[in-house]
Amino acid sequence: MEFVNLIIDNKPVKVEKGTSILKAAHSVGIDIPTLCYMSLGDMNIENKPGGCRICVVEVQGRKNLAPACCTDAHTDMVIKTNTMRVLNARRTVLELILSDHPADCLICAKSGNCELQSMAHKLGVREIHYKGEMSTYKEDFSPTSIRDMDKCIMCRRCEMMCNKVQTVGALWGVNRGFQSVVSPAFEMDLEKSTCTYCGQCVAVCPTGALTEVDHTNQVIRALADPKKTVVVQTAPAVRAALGEEFGMKPGTLVTGKLAAALRRLGFDYVFDTDFAADLTIMEEGTELLDRLGRHLAGDKTVKLPMLTSCCPGWVNFFEKQFPELKDIPSTARSPQQMFGAIAKTYFADQIKVDRKDMMVISVMPCLAKKWECQRDEFSTDGSPDVDFSISTRELANLIKGANIDFNALPDEDFDNPMGESTGASVIFGTTGGVIEAAVRTAYEVQTKKKLEKVDFEELRGFEGVREATIDFDGLPIRIGIAHGLGNARKLLEDIKAGKSNFHAIEIMACPGGCIGGGGQPLHHGDSSILKARQMALYEEDKNKPIRKSHENPFIVKLYKEFLGKPMSDKAHHLLHTRYFDKKNEFIIE
Amino acid sequence: MSSVKIKLNPKEVEKLKEVCTSFNNEAGELINVLHKAQGIFGYLPAEVQEIVAAELNVPVAKVYGVVTFYSFFTMIPKGLHPISVCTGTACYVRGAEKVLDEFRRRLKIQVGETSADGKFSLSCLRCVGACGLAPVVMVGEKVYGRVSPDGVAEILAEYE
Repeated sequence: MEFVNLIIDNKPVKVEKGTSILKAAHSVGIDIPTLCYMSLGDMNIENKPGGCRICVVEVQGRKNLAPACCTDAHTDMVIKTNTMRVLNARRTVLELILSDHPADCLICAKSGNCELQSMAHKLGVREIHYKGEMSTYKEDFSPTSIRDMDKCIMCRRCEMMCNKVQTVGALWGVNRGFQSVVSPAFEMDLEKSTCTYCGQCVAVCPTGALTEVDHTNQVIRALADPKKTVVVQTAPAVRAALGEEFGMKPGTLVTGKLAAALRRLGFDYVFDTDFAADLTIMEEGTELLDRLGRHLAGDKTVKLPMLTSCCPGWVNFFEKQFPELKDIPSTARSPQQMFGAIAKTYFADQIKVDRKDMMVISVMPCLAKKWECQRDEFSTDGSPDVDFSISTRELANLIKGANIDFNALPDEDFDNPMGESTGASVIFGTTGGVIEAAVRTAYEVQTKKKLEKVDFEELRGFEGVREATIDFDGLPIRIGIAHGLGNARKLLEDIKAGKSNFHAIEIMACPGGCIGGGGQPLHHGDSSILKARQMALYEEDKNKPIRKSHENPFIVKLYKEFLGKPMSDKAHHLLHTRYFDKKNEFIIE
Repeated sequence: MSSVKIKLNPKEVEKLKEVCTSFNNEAGELINVLHKAQGIFGYLPAEVQEIVAAELNVPVAKVYGVVTFYSFFTMIPKGLHPISVCTGTACYVRGAEKVLDEFRRRLKIQVGETSADGKFSLSCLRCVGACGLAPVVMVGEKVYGRVSPDGVAEILAEYE
């Protein structure tokens, strides 16, 4: 390994060749401010267009200032990060950015969580010395997000996520100079583009340019309506991240406080999507074993590998970009939708409430879920199985708005029957979790033997594409895992080319899985936050008395009383779905 | 942008696909392909960009990004007689701007636009290598030298 030696702010620094000045400075405790730059280092995700010029530094002997994020450190460089010249340039750059930015911080959805606002605060800007024309652009409302390009600072983070990480190709920088804007092709609405609603653009936007569609008002109205029975479900990844919105350390599990907060908000039944995740495993696991059994018996019509189907961003991705593979994913609905279907049938019957008087609200780490619950397939006579989906961030706002001191809440339990869950369902929230949960159940069903060790370390981790072979008592089951749609694409291309030899593949659209979902508290480019959330979910799994989905007593009861057995006619009707070819849908009419 | 899908000439589409093949359908050749595509169709409507995107396997948003970045590319069909006014240094100092203004006034269109009857389109270019004739105007392939604002009407009349 080759090293370079340089001096930054009078400190000698030794770093590996090819390291940026920004990282070199960081290694000796010098924190050069950045705006467009963003790195999720552990996941190989980096945005450094060198566009904003906030990170400029003075390099001795160089005429102009150098952007620290995209200039490599070289031997014998002498760098100053805080000279008068640098400070003036940095402030001028920021003032120029602010001169073309609506100063409506008081009422902006991002206020208090905006990197541009923080930068203005950090640099102590008290006056904007430049006045001129402001760039304006139409607002664009998709079912899940709002694009307000007037607030865009052209950092290109969204473009990087959409293209390099997700390979969705919905957003790109178009036009030139003052007219530049990040936009779908032909400046059409996002809804008509290849967008999968994964929400990763929203998750990385430093300003209020990209935000989620806010459904909190609909929830408040439902709660205030005495005629409605309001049922809430909350996804696995929410409990590992919600605490951050209340000042807790990343990775703090708030399962008990979450249940308590939902009860205090006035929900009539506080349930857990984890219950439905266990149900998903019953259906998806059975489907896998069924396909596998027929394949092993020589049935050539069986499609393998089976792909998981609980991630709506991923479903949108293959419907729009790989419709020729739409027969391969499991037909099992996502836990959110299984929950809604059971709540508005089985549970509504139990408590003798008509489905039209019941509202199901979901709390999700996800923005695509907002769209998923609006899909026609998941509605009966105009009544959707899940009425509204709100993000982890929106739930935090609801809790704050209801004057609930979250940190002081006691730990409470979810209600029954749909609040009971196993460790297997908790790990649905991280990459590798769904397939590990499926393996725990499929192994025991297939081999009729008890699984001694339920932890499958070989399926865990943060690598974008992982693979492992699990021994099903002599039968090797080959498993693939991908998180981030760009990684998923690699496995899909292999399948298309007939080169894939996996039996099952788990795919999650967001890097890290749901813990890194588009609806989670913003990570601001700190990947250690995602790791802490992942650890928290595995911790919760470990502490659960039951860790296999098929041992959930309320799931057993649900099949006995209502569904019959996995993949029964009733289960098919309520818990499975079909997919559509949407490849050409986005092309202009 | 018009939302009505236009019908492309199948022969021209075939030609475009051949161009893509000649560049091995490489994504890195996007600008070269667009250059040739504009040569075939005269402009780059959305439908052409979609074909290019599909052939080179790049997002159509990226193609649109490139088309809108470079002033050479246009999504507006050129007129039957495309007019280019040179605004290079030599022509500019000898009054190209006034000539351009006169074309704008008479045709009632801006630079980059096409007249409603589809007859004329107006654009600027930088130096045709005939600085001795500045200011220079081209209509189609024909070059006009030492053009004054007063001469604009005469040039247009040739094509009426």
